[in-house]
Amino acid sequence: MDKKLRVAVHKFSSCDGCQLAFLNAGEKLVELFELADVVHFAEAGIVDPDAPADLAFIEGSISTHEERERIRRIRENTRFLVPIGACATSGCLQALRNQADAARWFADVYSDLSKIDHLDTATPIAANVPVDMELWGCPVNTRQVMATVSSLLLGAPPRDENEKICMECKRKNIVCVMVAQGQHCMGPVTRTGCGVLCPGIGRDCYGCYGPAENINGDSWGRWFEQKGMPAERIARRFRYINSEAEAFREAGKRWREKS
Amino acid sequence: MAERRNFLPRSEFPRLLSELISAGYRCIGPRVRDGAIVYEPITGVEDLPQGIHDLQAPGQYGLEQTAEPRFFAWANGPQALRPLTFAGRDKLWTAERKADGSVEFAGESPQAEPVAVIGARACDLAALYIYDRHFMQGEHPDPWYTARRQKLFLIAVHCTHPSLNCFCASTGDGPRASYGYDLALSELDEGFLIEARSEKGERILAGLPVKKASAEQIETADREIEDAGRRQVKGVPSRNLKDVLFARLDHPRWNEVAQRCLSCTNCTLVCPTCFCHSENDVPSLDGSRSEHYREWDSCFTQRHSYIHGITIRPDTRTRYRQWLTHKVGSWHDQFGRSGCVGCGRCITWCPVGIDITEELAAICR
Repeated sequence: MDKKLRVAVHKFSSCDGCQLAFLNAGEKLVELFELADVVHFAEAGIVDPDAPADLAFIEGSISTHEERERIRRIRENTRFLVPIGACATSGCLQALRNQADAARWFADVYSDLSKIDHLDTATPIAANVPVDMELWGCPVNTRQVMATVSSLLLGAPPRDENEKICMECKRKNIVCVMVAQGQHCMGPVTRTGCGVLCPGIGRDCYGCYGPAENINGDSWGRWFEQKGMPAERIARRFRYINSEAEAFREAGKRWREKS
Repeated sequence: MAERRNFLPRSEFPRLLSELISAGYRCIGPRVRDGAIVYEPITGVEDLPQGIHDLQAPGQYGLEQTAEPRFFAWANGPQALRPLTFAGRDKLWTAERKADGSVEFAGESPQAEPVAVIGARACDLAALYIYDRHFMQGEHPDPWYTARRQKLFLIAVHCTHPSLNCFCASTGDGPRASYGYDLALSELDEGFLIEARSEKGERILAGLPVKKASAEQIETADREIEDAGRRQVKGVPSRNLKDVLFARLDHPRWNEVAQRCLSCTNCTLVCPTCFCHSENDVPSLDGSRSEHYREWDSCFTQRHSYIHGITIRPDTRTRYRQWLTHKVGSWHDQFGRSGCVGCGRCITWCPVGIDITEELAAICR
């Protein structure tokens, strides 16, 4: 490659935690700055939000009018656009307001609404502009973001890690917390990528990496219903961190209707 | 046939471990971790699950402590020999770009240390025999599997405590281990009947303070194994089911099971005969170096049937059907037998408790 890859990291409504996947990368971060032109990355001190980029990572959901306009400009300026983390891929916790009366919530919290720019919904980036791939997780990790950068630097399509958590548990010889301990694990419906952080320390997965491909939310929920979990709790299990991921949203809706 | 079994008193059982250790083996045996019996390094008999029973049902596994003296009064755990031979993830080679632009490949040289496994079940050994054929025979034996396999010393323990999900009697693979071991044990309350089947086994046995087994001990041991077969409540037809399964690819049961199946891959990853894997590259950021890995895969994943632009098996119905028609159907063409050894792991470790014996009964009825 003659010209260096121009990389941007943008932030929308989020906790900033996903950007730490870059900032905490140690030597790899130095290497990234050598191999690529980082044109915008406010958390790292580089500010040029309208700079054209070959690859833009987008953290955060679209929660304000300003954000809705800004993501459109970034899309126009970017060749390969990659939302990173639960906010950008499925709205994350702030999207819980989509299931509620958001206007009332704002009125309850703020005395003067004229100063608050907000949309009634918090939505994933893909609900606003076309995206080229998505990196799931709350938060994403260094391995994921750097694997994407290195694939694109080499001109190869990055791998979509859409398998279920269970596979990684088995490869690591982790005893199933669901079958052996009766924990309400989301592993059979959640995508891998985290390195099975939770089952690896003996607790249930709560689905922060979002839905895997081809999930069966009805069957998964029925099993917990049989174990005494109320339908509303099953619904909340789906509509939690990744509440606006389609497969989780629809499964959650069906369980809520039963409650 | 002359009686080959001798008696090793329980008080002398630690000698078996010390003989193995002084012969240079690392001992792997059953122990309790995170609510299950797993095969991991043990340093003494105190690590063994004394008095532990396992309670298995579809989608359920539990342990129960009793005051019984036995170490092997349980059926099985989530894995036995599979991870010890076919590892969850192996690095196969590294590629490095040189200064002159050429690429150099460096293969890993698989090294394995001698390992003695205490407590292999008949079903585990039957599965290992299938793995041997898959990984070691033919023109290109797998170096990683072969390295580990050749260093294994296998001590079978005939099964006397089948779980509710066991059905090895119907597949013909248990509960008595009849091949593939170096030493075989029958556990009695007062000790063990022990028998060698290989030269390696004879050498270890020669160092043990065994006595002549009494007729009564032999009778008790045989009766317990026979009872273990009779007590099994599940079963599969012992005949070749290939033709009947392939004649019923449109059976409505495939849709019904797909309503329950999570396509989570657990059945295939606890199955001791499933061998599917995928390969992946992990390049360095600057592209100067890349590591190539092999890891467990499953016919329940999307990419397993992905061929340039098409996923051949896009839904759960076709994935479950692929697994079952291969496992107990076309497996016969490949290996001359079914791929099911009756261990019941796919039933226990399926989070929603899908039972292969029930599915086969419904489809092949």
